[in-house]
Amino acid sequence: MTNPTRPEAWNQFLAIAPYTGLLNMEAVSAADAGCVIALPYREDLIGDPDRGVLHGGAITALMDVCFGFSVYFRIREFVPMATLDLRIDYLRPAQPHSKVYASASCYKLTQELAFVRGHAYDEDPEQPISTGVGIFILTSGKPAFTEQKVVSA
Amino acid sequence: MSLTETLADIRARADWAALAQALPFARTLGLRVDVRGESFTCVMPFNQKLIGNPALPALHGGAIGGYLECTGILHLLWSTQATAVPKTIDFSIDYLLSGRPQDTYAHVYTVKLGRRVSNLRIEAWQTTPDKPIAVAIMNVLMR
Repeated sequence: MTNPTRPEAWNQFLAIAPYTGLLNMEAVSAADAGCVIALPYREDLIGDPDRGVLHGGAITALMDVCFGFSVYFRIREFVPMATLDLRIDYLRPAQPHSKVYASASCYKLTQELAFVRGHAYDEDPEQPISTGVGIFILTSGKPAFTEQKVVSA
Repeated sequence: MSLTETLADIRARADWAALAQALPFARTLGLRVDVRGESFTCVMPFNQKLIGNPALPALHGGAIGGYLECTGILHLLWSTQATAVPKTIDFSIDYLLSGRPQDTYAHVYTVKLGRRVSNLRIEAWQTTPDKPIAVAIMNVLMR
């Protein structure tokens, strides 16, 4: 199964998973080298009401999703997998009212594991909000999704 | 009301159930703080919107991660006199078991409570605390 890298095609995947739908995550771009996903600013995702800054947990979720998609784009297939671990360093708070982007790439792939790194930023990709690494385990159980389901969704 | 005032009010009335309501992201996840004596538990009641993989179904890893990070912050707001939200420096999580579509509970172990930096270990479980589904470690800058 080939995996379309057009954002409109994988936007449907983001909409299928209720949690990514809840956070309104948007596909931005995808290539072999990695992908970019955006999280629109919303007041109900604030972690510090005095400063209007998004909660780190919302950025953790964005990076987790983006990391996972970078594996799909490396493999070019939606294989079942699970996050094994994730480590995120927060370099600075997100700018209130700005859309946050996550960019990730899968830099090593084995039969069972995918190693990913990436970062999150708002206006300037060179000034990251957070950087992170993650490891995914490719499980061989029930397929997570099929292309069929995406088309019919 | 500013957060400082809200926190002072919650502490004065020991109204810990109101703590999760003070942070919009905790409200979005539907978190509930349950304090009994010296024991602090943060619950993430099951909700369909927390699902990541509808085929299994399983909770989204990002939902569990955000929940544990939020739990660490809420625990610090409960256990200290902080007047502002402490800042997460780094957050590291190991996923041990798939999150089932049911309520999740989390306990916090304060590994180090520092004047500037605190270190927390947060464990999430669903059936019994002996079988954690995820374990997180975070360093937090105190303010």
